Amino acid sequence: MKNYDKLIFELSRPGRKGYQLPADKFDTDGFAAIPADLLRKEMPELPEVSELDVVRHYTNISNKNFGVDTGFYPLGSCTMKYNPKINEEISAMPQFAGLHPLQDAETAQGALEVYYNLQKALASLSGLAEFTLNPYAGAHGELTGLMVMRQYHASRGDHKRAKVIVPDTAHGTNPASAMVAGLEVVEVKSKPNGSIDIEDLKPLLDDTVAGIMMTNPNTVGMFETEILEIADLVHKAGGLLYYDGANLNPLLGKVRPGDMGFDIMHINLHKTFSTPHGGGGPGSGPVGVAEHLVEFLPNPRVRIADDGKFYVDADDRSLGSVSTFFGNFGVMLRAYAYILTLGRDNIVNVGPMATLNANYIKESLKDLYKLPIDGVCKHEFVFDGLADKSTGVTTLNVAKRLLDFGFHAPTIYFPLLFHESMMIEPTETESLETLDEFIDVMRKVAEEAKTNPDLLKQAPLTTIISHPDETSAAKNPILTYKALKEA
Amino acid sequence: MANVLDDRRYAESHEWVKIDGDIATIGISDYAQHALGDIVYVDMPEVGDEMSAGDVFGAVESVKAASDLICPVSGEVVEINEELEDAPEKVNADAFNTWIIKVRISDASEYDALLDAAAYTELCENE
Repeated sequence: MKNYDKLIFELSRPGRKGYQLPADKFDTDGFAAIPADLLRKEMPELPEVSELDVVRHYTNISNKNFGVDTGFYPLGSCTMKYNPKINEEISAMPQFAGLHPLQDAETAQGALEVYYNLQKALASLSGLAEFTLNPYAGAHGELTGLMVMRQYHASRGDHKRAKVIVPDTAHGTNPASAMVAGLEVVEVKSKPNGSIDIEDLKPLLDDTVAGIMMTNPNTVGMFETEILEIADLVHKAGGLLYYDGANLNPLLGKVRPGDMGFDIMHINLHKTFSTPHGGGGPGSGPVGVAEHLVEFLPNPRVRIADDGKFYVDADDRSLGSVSTFFGNFGVMLRAYAYILTLGRDNIVNVGPMATLNANYIKESLKDLYKLPIDGVCKHEFVFDGLADKSTGVTTLNVAKRLLDFGFHAPTIYFPLLFHESMMIEPTETESLETLDEFIDVMRKVAEEAKTNPDLLKQAPLTTIISHPDETSAAKNPILTYKALKEA
Repeated sequence: MANVLDDRRYAESHEWVKIDGDIATIGISDYAQHALGDIVYVDMPEVGDEMSAGDVFGAVESVKAASDLICPVSGEVVEINEELEDAPEKVNADAFNTWIIKVRISDASEYDALLDAAAYTELCENE
């Protein structure tokens, strides 16, 4: 059981079951009303297992999980901060969890108030006019924001604006979202320090530009100091500025995207606002807009009437609907609990602490790891592999070796600006002791690269799976048990 | 250090071009395949597509990253290397003998403007 590696299908035994149903008291054939061509011919091959099989299986699998609750998770760009358990308690309250999206608004006033207040809190933290909380995750927020951008230009009859400018350092979701939104992606180059090259931007700004997508601080963790000039140039050319909120954490309550000139943004509640991230999600990607774009936000919306009652509204000028009902409401509850727990006075400490932690690690390791862009970073920074490249030890080797020491690996090989990128983001929730432990291990690994490079190339040595065949997995993925049996 | 051959020319975006008459054979350099790591997919254009120098003609996807392929010369795509559809790893095994597309060039001077082996070696060393 120690290295549990079974699939639930392998536990299946014909006829074994973990449930009892009462005798069928109804004489009608429930299937009769379904057209014959829609009925399956064979029974589904579901696993037949006992209750103990199920419990043991999933408990063993969950023990293999690595998460913020088990260890340090410095995955750059992902803001893997601790998710306070009070968030879980609030979202599990039956008064919220038991609601149905179709019940009368009159009977769900509390839930609508949470939606309304969270929307307002995000707007005030962002310097924007209004948010929709409906998108399900970050990239969905990007798509929604770009649909707002399109709708805005279309509403003015400005149909030739089809280009979205994206920096070469952007998160991969930016160009992907622009493509899905039916827009054309144009890349703007960055300078050696990772910030946008204004001279490269200027010639791109013509009357076919719908807007620019940026994140600030950018993906190398540096603040774009020329943002006001960029905003001015893009606005003068008739385009809009989109802010990718993935890197909002260091600015929270300190610097507002709306004040920097951004017209549209998304926020990842599962990053900045401490809701579960990754496999533990789901996420939520609220989209905020400046005053002149509010009418285009998706439906439905939550509004407040003069008598203080909340109601559900839809706007004719809206781009339409992007989700079923209101998106991931349970996630919104967690984010709202987080905002209220910190309050106005404490939320402004998130960014400085995240920034301090990142700079502390960076300065403690930059003699052994190559720091391509020096200076004070924000919440994260990028090393370009080990300083000493003569050993042949790569970023991948270092990342895998970290697993042996019980740390999650940083983001590797992104951004694409450097060959051996290693993107580290500690977040504000880690203690000095944890940061020191990580620094010690990183220094030890750099030492091993010199003394025992072969060991590093074989790492990890203590995990259940050491070196999955990534090439075969990408080329010939086996995604079902059936396919595995046939392979 | 990666291998550079002097029987062909190179683009700054790491494609190589070999000329035979008016046909340009295009692949990616040994340096590029090494930087990308294990290649799992090569996206190629259709035969008959018209390319201008600087156009994206496809992409190589590795376990590390996906990277656009930039056409260093203008002309019509006359052949694509169909072998790569099932065996993209051939690019890793021998980048200089594994071509990706062939283009009938419309402007020979574009080839002459590309980097020679010495200039390309210098470019790689400075990256």
